[in-house]
Amino acid sequence: MATASGVRRIGDRVERKDLWWVEPLIYVVVLGGFVVYATWASLANGNYYADPYLSPFYSPCLAQNCVHPTLPLLGSWWNLSPAILIVGSPLAFRFTCYYYRRSYYRGFFRSPPACLVPDAPKTYSGETRFPFIIQNLHRYTLYIAVLVLVVLWWDAIEAFNFHGHFGIGLGTVIMVANVLLLTGYTLGCHSARYLVGGYLDSFHKASLRFRLWTYSNRLNVRHNRWAWASLVVVGLTDLYIRLVAMGVIVDPRWIS
Amino acid sequence: MTDETRDATMSIWRGTKTGGRFETYTVPMVEGMVVLDVIHRIQALRAPDLAVRWNCKAGKCGSCSAEINGHARLLCMTRMNTFAPGEEITVSPMKTFPIIKDLVTDVSFNYEKAKEIPAFKPKPKEADGTRRMYQEDIDRVQEFHKCIECFLCQDTCHVIRDHEENKKAFAGPRFFVRLAALEMHPLDTNDRLELIRQKAGLGFCNITKCCTEVCPEDIHITDNAIIPLKERIVTEFYDPLAWVKRRVLSKGAQQPGPGEPEPPSAKA
Repeated sequence: MATASGVRRIGDRVERKDLWWVEPLIYVVVLGGFVVYATWASLANGNYYADPYLSPFYSPCLAQNCVHPTLPLLGSWWNLSPAILIVGSPLAFRFTCYYYRRSYYRGFFRSPPACLVPDAPKTYSGETRFPFIIQNLHRYTLYIAVLVLVVLWWDAIEAFNFHGHFGIGLGTVIMVANVLLLTGYTLGCHSARYLVGGYLDSFHKASLRFRLWTYSNRLNVRHNRWAWASLVVVGLTDLYIRLVAMGVIVDPRWIS
Repeated sequence: MTDETRDATMSIWRGTKTGGRFETYTVPMVEGMVVLDVIHRIQALRAPDLAVRWNCKAGKCGSCSAEINGHARLLCMTRMNTFAPGEEITVSPMKTFPIIKDLVTDVSFNYEKAKEIPAFKPKPKEADGTRRMYQEDIDRVQEFHKCIECFLCQDTCHVIRDHEENKKAFAGPRFFVRLAALEMHPLDTNDRLELIRQKAGLGFCNITKCCTEVCPEDIHITDNAIIPLKERIVTEFYDPLAWVKRRVLSKGAQQPGPGEPEPPSAKA
């Protein structure tokens, strides 16, 4: 690719000697794998509830045909998988997330694949035009994600409820870990950090917002780790509940 | 240990804006050398006409920016012992900017962009004739003032590196840091949001964070400057709820106090 410097016309090569292609490849494999699994699990419409565990892909369960309805807003006329109704909201939250944008622009769009490695596309308009200008609505996906998070906390609390008795099983531990990771990921989101106080120029007369901004900052510093950990664990939570519901594994219970 | 027997081999870009080539030099090196030391030794022993820009040799002047093995680095802050013994090290100029000679590039693109940014415009003084800032407000913008203007972030930014045509419409990460420092300043009253969106082209940034990765001052350019600016742009131009809130609670813009001089470059 030619630039005004003339350097690349003659030395037209990637000068990096490290394995720069590994990182974008990991993004493609992990993110692509998650989307494929989440789509399959959401369309499966079965084995998503193993009493008292409800898969996060099916929560909140908003149709009457749910095995374990959270809030049956839709009547019996809805005969498709109830996950279809809600799986889009967490996916939209992650798709518009500032951290994931970095990852999939590098992995899938190769724009750029790695630092100082030339862009694959010949032209580039960034997030100034459709469809990527929609990324600007990330905060609205955050609002929905917070609502879903409240429901997932309720599900995690319900995971201690074994037919009216307090109990703890491996599923309980997994569901609590899942919701803790999702909370860390959601509250450390760049939009959350801005909305709780980052929009201010002066924190002096806004001590509560300053504190909230500080807490969100602490989570945001490792937003990438929260993002990956919560992504993997939410998938594993669904898989665990699915395997228990299918009878493939028996949920170990320490107190029940 | 002083080991004059160990050699350093470097493949260095030699040429001008009309063209050039990589030339390989081998010179003796000693322990503790940085890449810039080896380049000076090449100048002394092999190629006295080799052009390289440098000043402080302490990572603070931002002059010796270049690309070492395809990584945007300061020549003076890259130690030779970070490379494998005998490895041929490739050194080329910053490819985002027009070349002048060898490792020296014309970075005036950045100075032109700097002129477009309206300067600091302070609030009116308080009743006792002073202006006050509080530590918690200053801590946030202090990070941005560490910038040494090495322009490595500009060099690594693919928006202008790989798409020359975007240079007109995009200021680049260094100037988003500058704009963030001004926009988040507790005393500043200039509104630069339209400039950030339009003339500086913040929307071109797809936050792939290469600028942050190469910053020798460890400024979190993307997380602390660019993304907060993007969020401010969203509030101002894209968020319908924020628009409604502004319409309902519309407030007049702050004006400089009586007798306050208008900074000469404060015009947006």
